[in-house]
Amino acid sequence: MKVKKSFEEINAKILKGEAVVMTAEEVSAMSKDYSAADIVKKVDIVTTATFGPMCSSGMFMNVGHSNPPIRMERVTLNNVPAHSGIAAVDLYVGATEENPFDEKYGGAHVIEALIAGKDVRLKASAKGSDCYPETEIETIINKSVVNEMIMFNPRNAYQNYPCAVNTSGRMIYTYMGSLLPNVGNATFSTSGELSPLLNDPDMRTIGIGTRLFLCGAQGYVSWYGTQFKTSGPKNEYGIPETNAATLAVIGNAKEMSTDYLKAAYFEKYGVSIFIGIGIPVPVLDEDMAHRVSIRNDQITTTVCDYSKADHPAVAKVRYDELFSGNITLDGKKVRTASMSSVAKARIIAAELKKWIEAKSFQLTRPVEAFPTATTLNSLERK
Amino acid sequence: MKKRLVLTFPANMVDVPLTYNLIKDHDVVINILNADITPGREGKLLLEIRAPKENVDSAVRYIESLNITCNPVKKSILLNEEACVHCGSCSAVCFADALTMDRKSRQLLFRPEKCIACELCLKACPLQLFELNFN
Repeated sequence: MKVKKSFEEINAKILKGEAVVMTAEEVSAMSKDYSAADIVKKVDIVTTATFGPMCSSGMFMNVGHSNPPIRMERVTLNNVPAHSGIAAVDLYVGATEENPFDEKYGGAHVIEALIAGKDVRLKASAKGSDCYPETEIETIINKSVVNEMIMFNPRNAYQNYPCAVNTSGRMIYTYMGSLLPNVGNATFSTSGELSPLLNDPDMRTIGIGTRLFLCGAQGYVSWYGTQFKTSGPKNEYGIPETNAATLAVIGNAKEMSTDYLKAAYFEKYGVSIFIGIGIPVPVLDEDMAHRVSIRNDQITTTVCDYSKADHPAVAKVRYDELFSGNITLDGKKVRTASMSSVAKARIIAAELKKWIEAKSFQLTRPVEAFPTATTLNSLERK
Repeated sequence: MKKRLVLTFPANMVDVPLTYNLIKDHDVVINILNADITPGREGKLLLEIRAPKENVDSAVRYIESLNITCNPVKKSILLNEEACVHCGSCSAVCFADALTMDRKSRQLLFRPEKCIACELCLKACPLQLFELNFN
């Protein structure tokens, strides 16, 4: 008889200390010797993780009311503009927002500083109103004096992403790193077989409401991410061959750790942020056992030319090739490097495994599944 | 005396038989420590030159007369390894293989002895963890 498990049964096993938890890499290695039918019997939960630069990130914050109060209309934090077009003292610090006087310091650095417990200088101004008479304020804030710090990232954990090369004759600087001229290197960004949405490519177990590891705290999938695309081509293993699904995630930034979040600056591109995410995938049945067994040699991506505006595809490669340190393009050996840290992703997958084994993390059945057959619109000039 | 030099060739200069001319005309002993030269592309050569001072000086003058940038390797690269997240961005640009990713641990391996101080890693590191050391 075929094995089937529910979220509830797996959670009951967690509470009894009987759940078998493995990291996605461990189960991928196991799949060389065991079939999916064996794996579903042996393993209950597979922990997946990623630690890469994810620009579409930021943090909501309520800084508290001053006396007299101010309805903040223009705000900077350590000279980085914060979005204040919401209620009086609610702010959103976008990770990629830059200090106009120092392009290498931005919202990501402010978020990292606040999570680290450091002081940040807040400056705000407003026109003043009868109920909010103050027009200017300058003060110091930190994690312990603000009310809420809520990380909300509209697009994280890309299911797959292109590999970047540069066919032009000059060096180009991109969010995929420094790309050497004449295809001097190729960069990519994934944790491969350890990556959350590559272990559940049809998102059978990951949806709105899924509890996850977010920068060291327990957070949630709040929605499908922006630029969510499920309609792209898939390879023979059901894996999208280029950028596809994404997640919008939310969590309490006051509980997060800078071990799992790092501000970044990409030369001549701008500020971004490394975000650490871990997601447990329940092995509900043989199909899920088959999905979590995915290996780097079964995952493909598209090599795109970043020297041209529309990033045309130039080749297809497998992740085992990319992780080997070089690939062959047009008969030429090309150095490869990842923008995403597998070493850190391993730490996150192991940490999440520990949380589950310590009974401090339970799985959640998605409140709602993600949409299917979505496509992307582009911006037309009119 | 012994001098270590980083030579940067413009793309149109890689056809010059530089080492031959240096040895023959300036009587210097040359040890090539690292090279990345491809016709049609900017090239880099890390040389160690051994000879009496006047020969070394004339060799350097000759190199510079060819419009080749010639910098003594007085500088080295420092990496703040403790803060490194092992993304691998720097290894994408390191011709000298001083920065590589360990295939098993997926951690960055920094071998300073291979470094030619080309400085590409300084810009490639998203956490700005590399520093130039001029000592």
